[in-house]
Amino acid sequence: MSLDYENDGALHEKIIEDVLSAYPDKFAKRRRKHLSVAKGVDDADAPAEGEEKLLTECDVKSNIKSIPGVMTIRGCAYAGSKGVVWGPVKDMVHISHGPVGCGQYSWSQRRNYYIGTTGIDTFVTMQFTSDFQEKDIVFGGDKKLEKVITEIDALFPLNHGVSIQSECPIGLIGDDIEAVARKKKKEIGKTIVPVRCEGFRGVSQSLGHHIANDAIRDWVFAAQEGEIEFETTPYDVNVIGDYNIGGDAWASRILLEEMGLRIVGNWSGDATLAEIERAPKAKLNLIHCYRSMNYICRYMEEKYSIQWMEYNFFGPSQIAASLRSIAKFFGPEIEEKAEAVIAKYQPLVDAVVAKYRPRLEGKSVMLYVGGLRPRHVITAYEDLGMQIAGTGYEFAHNDDYQRTGHYVKDGTLIYDDVTGYELEKFIEKIRPDLVGSGIKEKYPVQKMGIPFRQMHSWDYSGPYHGYDGFAIFARDMDLAINNPVWGLFDPPWKKKPQSEGFLEAAE
Amino acid sequence: MPQSAEHVLDHAPLFREPEYQEMFARKREQFECPASSEAVDAQREYAKSWDYREKNLAREALVVNPAKACQPLGAVFASAGFEKTMSFVHGSQGCVAYYRSHLSRHFKEPSSAVSSSMTEDAAVFGGLNNMIDGLANTYSLYEPKMIAVSTTCMAEVIGDDLHAFIQTAKAKGSVPQDYDVPFAHTPAFVGSHVDGYDSMIKGILEHFWKDKERVAGEGITLIPGFDGFCVGNNRELKRLLDLMGVQYTLLQDASDTYDTPSDGEFRMYSGGTTLEQTADALNAKATVSLQKYCTRKTMDYIAGHGQETVNLHYPLGVRATDELLFKISELTGKEIPEAITMERGRLIDAMADSQSWLHGKKYAIFGDPDVVYGVTRFILETGGEPIHCLATNGNKQWEEDMKALLASSPFGRAGQVWAGKDLWHLRSLLFTEPVDFILGNSYAKYLERDTGTPLIRTAFPIFDRHHHHRFPLMGYQGGLRFLTTLLDKIFDKLDQDTNIPSKTDYSFDLTR
Repeated sequence: MSLDYENDGALHEKIIEDVLSAYPDKFAKRRRKHLSVAKGVDDADAPAEGEEKLLTECDVKSNIKSIPGVMTIRGCAYAGSKGVVWGPVKDMVHISHGPVGCGQYSWSQRRNYYIGTTGIDTFVTMQFTSDFQEKDIVFGGDKKLEKVITEIDALFPLNHGVSIQSECPIGLIGDDIEAVARKKKKEIGKTIVPVRCEGFRGVSQSLGHHIANDAIRDWVFAAQEGEIEFETTPYDVNVIGDYNIGGDAWASRILLEEMGLRIVGNWSGDATLAEIERAPKAKLNLIHCYRSMNYICRYMEEKYSIQWMEYNFFGPSQIAASLRSIAKFFGPEIEEKAEAVIAKYQPLVDAVVAKYRPRLEGKSVMLYVGGLRPRHVITAYEDLGMQIAGTGYEFAHNDDYQRTGHYVKDGTLIYDDVTGYELEKFIEKIRPDLVGSGIKEKYPVQKMGIPFRQMHSWDYSGPYHGYDGFAIFARDMDLAINNPVWGLFDPPWKKKPQSEGFLEAAE
Repeated sequence: MPQSAEHVLDHAPLFREPEYQEMFARKREQFECPASSEAVDAQREYAKSWDYREKNLAREALVVNPAKACQPLGAVFASAGFEKTMSFVHGSQGCVAYYRSHLSRHFKEPSSAVSSSMTEDAAVFGGLNNMIDGLANTYSLYEPKMIAVSTTCMAEVIGDDLHAFIQTAKAKGSVPQDYDVPFAHTPAFVGSHVDGYDSMIKGILEHFWKDKERVAGEGITLIPGFDGFCVGNNRELKRLLDLMGVQYTLLQDASDTYDTPSDGEFRMYSGGTTLEQTADALNAKATVSLQKYCTRKTMDYIAGHGQETVNLHYPLGVRATDELLFKISELTGKEIPEAITMERGRLIDAMADSQSWLHGKKYAIFGDPDVVYGVTRFILETGGEPIHCLATNGNKQWEEDMKALLASSPFGRAGQVWAGKDLWHLRSLLFTEPVDFILGNSYAKYLERDTGTPLIRTAFPIFDRHHHHRFPLMGYQGGLRFLTTLLDKIFDKLDQDTNIPSKTDYSFDLTR
């Protein structure tokens, strides 16, 4: 479904100028490059056959260092590796190697759902740490790490492997975690993966994803001895970059299975090590979160000749388009089944849209998230008649902003690595009907009287992927926007004329 | 197809539907290569045994599910208790994202802090430029009255010198020369968040008290310590002190910071101890720490200025509140008014009304050292029996304090103190020496699930229940709130255990 609207680009340009005026000159110059307004492209530049149509150009600088002292929302490489890529692998123990904090703050916060007996054969919602003390910094932590791995194997013998997620000090004190990994692998005979994801590396979570991908290549694929026995079929695929937040990967898998495909590996939500090891046996890599896992897909293409394809399972328009393009890869039989799946869910889609669109029609949304979501969820909102006024990424690269041009309309405000200050001002001036961002942004925005949904964790709801997820997504956006609390902000004895506009939303 | 527009099923019911259950079974069988069900069952049972407990307690290097966080979290919380103060954490930026998220998830409130965003080049050359640029940006964008600087472990490992860096930044004009930039080194590999709190408070006092001569006055200072219940507790403390007519300063008060109204305005700063009060606290007659283990260095520093110092352990329950009020009365010469005596009597009345349900109940209690002490003390007063008292960040001294406390009551006889142990240790303890209830934080919900021991959320962080921190635990009113929470769980458990029709419901009494 393509919703036809434009944003007020001139207004957005002015808002950018206003916001930049608060910075010291040197930093206003630097931040300016991260802020822009999407510009419509001429119809004359029609896409070549088979290419997606570009709606706009989102020209901003990205993937460079955050400015000190501005309240960036970004995380670190450790968050990208332990928090995103490795953490969800359920039958391995992931050691937060270093001081206690990193593992503590990230413990159980990403809602990577899984099936398993926690603490016995599954370890996702646990916090394993080497809890560095001063002596470990002074004398090095390798001996301690060895002992940690020995103790893990004694107390959690059903683990299928261990990953070592480096925190900042590891790289600074010159520990040799690779040597420890090799030694312990020999001793206990299990996969041990050292990951150099110290938080100071790179400029955001993003380098952590890349390092984590490389660790799969170097310490899982390259370390495999002998051929893995596994009976393949022509319909084997991997789902890459679905972390099963609130069960997303399950709501996706059910559709792919229904159209006749087999998912050999789901990376990495609800995954086991075996699902990673056998992935090179599949015929196609389906990649959802391009940002965090494109690296290993490119490697598998080169090494195992597995093609990869991006898809989008947010909202019925994108789901149908994705199911069709995935099916096309496998030929008429699967295409027919894909059509049957689309047809089967159409009544659900119609009913969801009939129920929620009238309640959400015309409402404006601002997004600020990570990974794929600042673009991928846009059409799901539009399927409900909602409009995107602004969007931005915590840790995107240039190729993400290029892809964003396929989604956003002319005049949309684009912000890269937005600062707390900028985001607050943008929201204050645009006053959207809904903001989708993270926990750090949630409460400031709500206090401004603007409905909010956390779009990292699905605000403890979900799944949002697939048709089952779309119904939940629609319900959640409705309950956020149309809750009566937004109409209670002003005491009757205080008149606040400028706030009337947004309080009407909650009738 | 289970999903419908009329009854939208989210994750909780959706995945129990047969379509999904069958899919999970297929996935497990065909692709997961799991451990066998027999092996899982065997290990699950073994992990409940005394044998496993011995192995578990013998751990020397591995820490699993600890109940502690790192120093800078405490520093960020401490800074949030001062007027218009921005926390500036020097080091890697991801850490700051974590502290802010952690505090927001507990308080359901904004949590503002900035980072100097050091990366690889700063690891090589030091973070001086990050400090210079960072202070300038924070000062212009967020217009704080004070910037309180602490450190992540990255800055500590490379040895950045905050004092020198801040001086240089001032010389370069990042902030005015006379602008307040107190600092504290808060290495994550030493102690825990309670020590970070301590260091930051001390750093702030050092900044304001340096080269000042103390002129002893009449007022007193109270330092609350790292407290997830600061919103309710601090307001209750202030109410009690106002009732007594005491001249006081609550030094570090985040109760308004973490409890701003929803009225259309986002307040990045709200309330907090004023900078003037902070400077004047030098002249207080005495300083009372409500949490000894959150303020060890700070209290030494204050004592060094000639003030009388008093160290308490989270004044919760009857005797601890008595002691607090009595001490304040003694220090200030103000009498404890009748109104407070009446409140005390009402708490005792409530405890007497409910004593039969509380007597002999067994508890595992964990959290920060002073919180565990305070909670244990109150449990003893209710006739409850603390069986396991655990603080991952408790030290030898704490262990001794706890043992003395347990020895002071016949109800403490079976109590064991576990300093430095984590929640995976506690799991073994609960299987081998079970208790009726766990008193702790949200992380223990996994223990509740695995061991079947009901959890009562009395300690930071509480992520999965809302608004508890808005009510006090301290003082007699707080004691009443704590008591009610305890009783609600006790009665809910009893009802759950007696609600099977025609099987157990003869005990499903209407009046209890």
